[in-house]
Order: sequence, then structure tokens, then C-alpha cells
Amino acid sequence: MNPVLRTILQRLGLGIATLFVVSIIISLTIEMLPGDFARAVLGQSATPETVAAFQREIGLDRSPVVRYFNWISGVLRGDFGESYASAGSLAGHRRLVAEMIGPRLLNTLFLAGAAALIAVPLSLFLGFMAALYRNSFFDRAVNVVSLTSISSPEFFLAYILIMFLAVKFPIFVSLASITPNMPFLDRLHAIALPTLTLVLVIVAHMMRMTRAAIINLLASPYIEMSRLKGARPMQVILRHALPNAWAPIANVIALNLAYLVVGVVVVEVVFTYPGIGQLMVDAVSKRDLPVVQGCALVFAGTYILLNLLADIVTIVSNPRLLHPR
Amino acid sequence: MSESMEKLKLAEKLVGRGKVSRRQFVQLALAAGLTAGAAETMFVKAARAEPKKGGFAKFGLAHGATTDSLDPAGYPDTATQIPFAGAMSNNLTEVDADGNIHPDVAESFEPGDDAATWVFKIRNGITFHNGKGVTPEDVIISFQHHMGPDSKSAAKSLLADVKEIKADGKDQVVFTLTGANADFPYVASEYHIPIMPAKDGKADWQSGVRTGAYVYGEYEPGVRAHLTRNPNYHKTAWFDEVEFLTIPDVTARTAALTAGQLHWISRADLKTLNLLKRDPNVNIDEVTGLGHYTFPMLVDAAPFDNVDVRTALKYAINRQDIVDKVFLGHAAPGNDNPIAPSVKFAIDPEPKHTYDPEKAKFHLKKAGMENLKVNLSVADAAFNGAVDAAVLYQQHAKAAGIDINVVREPNDGYWDNVWLKKPWCASYWGGRPTCDWMFTTTYAKGAAWNETNFAHPRFNELLIQGRAETDEKKRAAIYAEMQQIQHDEGGAIVLVFNNYVDASSKKLAHGKIAGNWEGDGFKIAERWWFA
Repeated sequence: MNPVLRTILQRLGLGIATLFVVSIIISLTIEMLPGDFARAVLGQSATPETVAAFQREIGLDRSPVVRYFNWISGVLRGDFGESYASAGSLAGHRRLVAEMIGPRLLNTLFLAGAAALIAVPLSLFLGFMAALYRNSFFDRAVNVVSLTSISSPEFFLAYILIMFLAVKFPIFVSLASITPNMPFLDRLHAIALPTLTLVLVIVAHMMRMTRAAIINLLASPYIEMSRLKGARPMQVILRHALPNAWAPIANVIALNLAYLVVGVVVVEVVFTYPGIGQLMVDAVSKRDLPVVQGCALVFAGTYILLNLLADIVTIVSNPRLLHPR
Repeated sequence: MSESMEKLKLAEKLVGRGKVSRRQFVQLALAAGLTAGAAETMFVKAARAEPKKGGFAKFGLAHGATTDSLDPAGYPDTATQIPFAGAMSNNLTEVDADGNIHPDVAESFEPGDDAATWVFKIRNGITFHNGKGVTPEDVIISFQHHMGPDSKSAAKSLLADVKEIKADGKDQVVFTLTGANADFPYVASEYHIPIMPAKDGKADWQSGVRTGAYVYGEYEPGVRAHLTRNPNYHKTAWFDEVEFLTIPDVTARTAALTAGQLHWISRADLKTLNLLKRDPNVNIDEVTGLGHYTFPMLVDAAPFDNVDVRTALKYAINRQDIVDKVFLGHAAPGNDNPIAPSVKFAIDPEPKHTYDPEKAKFHLKKAGMENLKVNLSVADAAFNGAVDAAVLYQQHAKAAGIDINVVREPNDGYWDNVWLKKPWCASYWGGRPTCDWMFTTTYAKGAAWNETNFAHPRFNELLIQGRAETDEKKRAAIYAEMQQIQHDEGGAIVLVFNNYVDASSKKLAHGKIAGNWEGDGFKIAERWWFA
């Protein structure tokens, strides 16, 4: 069997096993949460009778183990279950977890995609340039700016951007409330500020890693050799250093992409963006456990998948890993 | 009055109806001797005064969750209350900005001989959004939606006294109650009980077809709701379209308002209110509502079972200090009477409970104590600023020899694990528009939400009497005595009545803002217009 294919299959298998363990952890954690859905939804309006009626309906009176197996067997069949918010509904008006997560996940991927499309090439480019002109004014300026932006909390960056680009000079809008039937360009306009915030937050990490990985290699004997044979600095970096630098860069990109999907709830809240992060926070505070479980599983899956991709890039870019002896 | 002044007065009226142009008006005003600037101001004012149709209004709400639904059995906060209860639906009755009750889906209502039966006559020709006429069956089903053993409705206990609802002829519904209740029309105005069409013997809440000012459009729970004007509405609504956005982050709400993306936001940030006031395009609307914050003590738990201990604690708190420091002046100090001053029959009981460590000491001594050490369990889930208020209280009470140990509880599950369980905690009431309603929900013996376990024989006797009494003077006397009992012996320290502090664009205009609920009694979409 092709070694690459075998590795991928191995990793996939491990990933699925990890997901399974994660699903158990999620369920356990949720069991430990204090409070329950009926009371969270009804708030102060919860009377013992209404709470009891709710619990009967959503099956919270059954044991946690039974509920876990019902849920996980449903997930295996592609059924993520029903939100507790359907309790009280009549047939035909159920709220499926998959239907709730789906559009939100698409929104998140849209924002993450826009941010990644700008941030990844930008940080790679800045990283190369910083490595190429190491210790120059350019290198220091890029470092200072990106480190400043990564060191400020996201919400602070977001508010600064809102103040200058939405309130003082209304170029963009501060409410990124996109709707399903909005034209594509309007959507891009609406998400301009959250995208910019995310770019500022993640560029530094990837840029610094690119720079460090390349600089690290620049000290190795084979680079010295290529210099001695007369290659130009740009060529040295692109042809000789970069192929060996891909592994750490791919890993840090994967980490940041995963962050863009699962970790941007603060940015979503500040810009009122209907993404999956807000959905999960909402679900946790309302104890809508099926939705929490669904979101957590999606997040775990994202991490595992992106790390898998990074691993594959690492292996493919490194002949020693590709043909292990 | 000179002739030109008279002309101007007339023109002012016509401007409101859009019959006189700006140019014509200013010419008249100049003729009457006004300066151009004054004429301009006068024109704008006159043009705003009269409501007119049109526009797409956007509202930013502080609440909302993905678990929200159209089902009126829920409606936990403003994200459902303002769009669905307020804009999309009507009740049998409606409370106006002055606290009076008016018929809404009903054309009229009257009590039977003893106020234990109530007859509501359905408004002639009123229809649902789908064109179907409202029938007695729809009304009955809409109420029954909240009743019965399997009901999960928050209005369940409210309607516990309704024994039977039946149709009488084509347009009348008769409610039979287990006891008299002179305030039943107010109960019918409760936002959980909108009139919905009946479908297969059940209330059809799923379709969003109601009778209200706006027709159901797009809805993403916890994100946004978009509604359009009902052309056949039995009253008038002004906006063409309305959109309600859930924006929990107050800075995001404020930014969107100042950037002109929203026209109205609920719960403006009090800490930066003065900065927002400086914005020339923004109005701050502040109304004292019925809502209030309390520190309820369980009167059957030691040491709160001693009325003198309770009185000592009532004198040991400096409410004005808390109003100034915690609520930054946007609240009115309470006097241990849970009935808001704007409610009918409200009194301000004597002696007024103001900060007086000496009196607190006196009552403590009367209870046979020199010092007192008590736990106060609080979390900001009860109300924003509860922890700060408790800490200030702790400092105030020291002067009276009372040592309050402030226990910080988690926000999560506060209503579940702390409220009604710990002997002394913090609580919040949205307030009810009548004395009877407030007392029945919170202070009557055996009420599910009796947060003080108050069981006062005379109080409960008066409660029943008050419901059956139709003579206004006698009712006033009954409710005055009940409020006095609460004030003197009740277990709740009524800290403050909170203000609703909202901000709106100057493009919007409105009449007197109701304080019974947030957002002009939830009816902002119906009552406001673009100037």
C-alpha cells in the first residue's frame, strides 16, 4: 500500500477513536453542569409543575447512560437529535440539531474562509520577507505591528476598528448580521470588520513561525552550500529552505484555521455575527444539551481534521517521514 | 391674536398631516414675525407631532437565544416579548401608558354580578393575518394553551383560577373563575396570552398567524426577526417593516445605534450614558417601570422569623446610596412596598424606611439581640449590580451592629439553586400592573413564587376580599392595608424600582412611553413612528 495512503488511513482511524473519546467527555461534562434546561428556559417563571412537564417531554428523567447511547447511536446514523427547544412543539415543527448547526457552521466557515484567504498568504509573504531581510527596518516594523495586534485582546481590536471604520468614518458596518438571502457583495461588506479583526489576531502567529522556521534553516550547512554555489537569496529561500520549512508552517496554519472555526466567539459577539460559537454559548447557558453536544463534536472534528491535514503535509514534504526505515 | 399668528397656528396643524410644505410654512412664520431659525424649529416640531406611515425600523434587543420559539407559553425575555407578543399579537385587552385597561381583540368586557364571571365581546370584523375572523373558539383555545396538567406555560399559575371558558353566541366568551377577581381584564392583557387561531382543537402558534400590527416574516431564533405591516390591522401601525436583532453586547448595540444601523436599542450602557447623550442624533428614553429589585428573606427561617429583625434590616440599608453608586441614579429607592407608584391604588406607606442605624439598633434590641450575623446570597443573575448593592449594604449595616456576610453565588442556576431556597437572597420582579396580581404571584400564601414564604392570615383574607370588591373606595382601603402590612411585616426588602433606560435615533417619534414593560409596554413597533 502507498505509504501516504496508509498514514492517512491510520490517522483517520485514530481521529475517529479520538472523536469517540471526546464524545464521552462531552457527555460527562454536560452531566456535571448544574441546573437544567427547563429551569434555564423558564428562568424565574419555572414552577415545579412546568419544570416536571418539561423534563418528562425531553426525556431528562432517563439515566445519563441511556441518554448517551441513544445520542451516540443517532450520531452514527447521521442524526444529531433534536434540540430541547422543540419541547412543547407539535409534530411537524421540530428543531433538529443538524438544522440549527448547519447554517451557523456555514456562516462561521464563510467568515473563517475570508479571514484565512487574507491572513494565510499575507503572513507567509511577510514571514518570507522578514526572514529574507532579517534585522532590517522592515523586519522590525512587521514584528512590532503584528506582535502588538496579537497582544491586544480581540474585543479591544474590534472596538477600535468599529470606532474608526464604522462610527467616525462610516466605511464599514459594525453589525455583521448577515441573512441567508443577502447578495454576496453585501455579505462581504458586512463581514469586513470581523474579518479584519481576525486577520490582525492570527497573522502574527503564522508570520513569526514562517520567519523562525526559515531563519532556523538558513543556518544549516546545505543552505550554506547553496549560497556558496552562488544562488540568489530569494532562490535560496524558495528552492532550498522552504521545502524543509513546510512542516512547522503547516502545523501553525492548521492551528490558526482551527482557531478561526472554533475560537472566534468573542468576535462573533462583538459584531453580532450569527456563527456557531454564539450558538454553542447560547446552548450552554440554556442547557440545550443536544446542541452543545453537536457543536462540541463539530469543533472536535474540525481540530482533528485540520491536524490530520497538517500531518499529511508534514509527511509528504519530508522524504524521511515518507519513506521511514 | 393677529391674523398672521392665527394662520400660523392653523398651518402648524396642517403640517402634521403633511398638507403644508416646509416653504409655505416658513413664509407664514416669517410673516408672523418669527426668525427663520425659529420657523424652522417650529416646522420640524409640528411635522414630528403627527404620526405618519412608512419606513423600515430596526431595533436592537439585549436578549435572545436559539432556544426561543413562537410559542407564547415561553416568551422568556424581550427577544420574543417585543416582536411576537408586542408587534405581532394582541390580547383580549391592553394596558395603556397610564396604566389603564382597554379592550383590544375584545370590543368590550364586563363582569357578572360578583366579578367571578367575565364576559368579553369579540371586536366586530377583527381578523387574523390570514384573513380568518376571530371566533370565540380561537379565544378559548388561546387560553387553554396555557392551562391543563401538561402545560409548560409560564402563565399556568396565572390562569389557575379560571374554572371554565365557554362561548356565548357568535362573538362572546364567558370566563368563570373559582373566586371573584375584579382585575381579571388585566390578567387577560398578560403578554403570554395572545389570541391565536385554533387548528384541530389546538392553538396554532407555529404559523405565527396572529391579529397584531405586524405579520410574521423571517425568524432565526436568537438572531433576528423580520416582520411587515398588517394592512388590515384593527388599529394603526406606522412602520412598513420592522426588524428585531439580538445584540447581547451593549457596546455593539451602542455602536450600531450611533453608526445609524439601528433606530432603537434597549438597555443603554449606564456607565457611558453621558457620552451617548452627547451624540446629536440620539435620544435617551428613561421610564420608571413596575420592575423592582428585592432582597427577600424567608420569614419562616431564623433569624428572619422575628419581625423586628426584618425591620432592623430594613432600616440598616441606605437605598439612596445604592441608587447613586450602583444604578448611577437610574432607579428610584424603594420603601418595602412592592407596588410601583404608578399602579392604581398604590400608596407610600409610613414610616418611610430610610437609612437609620439607630432605629435598626432599637429593633434589634427589641428582638433581644445586640448583634446579628446573617448570610446574604447574591449573584448578578438576580439583577445587574446585585453583588455591588449587597456589598454596600454590608457597609451600611455595620453601623447598626449587623454583620452581613455577602455570599457570592454562581450566576449559573441561580434561580434554581439559590432563589426560594437560601433564607436571604437577591431577586428581581418585572412587576405586575395591579396590586392583586403582584400580591397573588409573590406574597399570597402558597403561591409558587412566594419568595418570602409570607403567610399572613389578615393579608390573605384581604387579598380575597379585594378581588370581589367592585367599589373603588373600599378596594383602595383594602389594598392600602395590604401594602402597609407588606411594608411593616413583609419579608422583602424592596431595594429600588429600576428605570428602563433605552436609546433611540432622533428619527423616531413617539407619545408617552409606557412603563409596564420594556420597550413602551412591548408595543414599540406599533406605537412609534418615523418623524
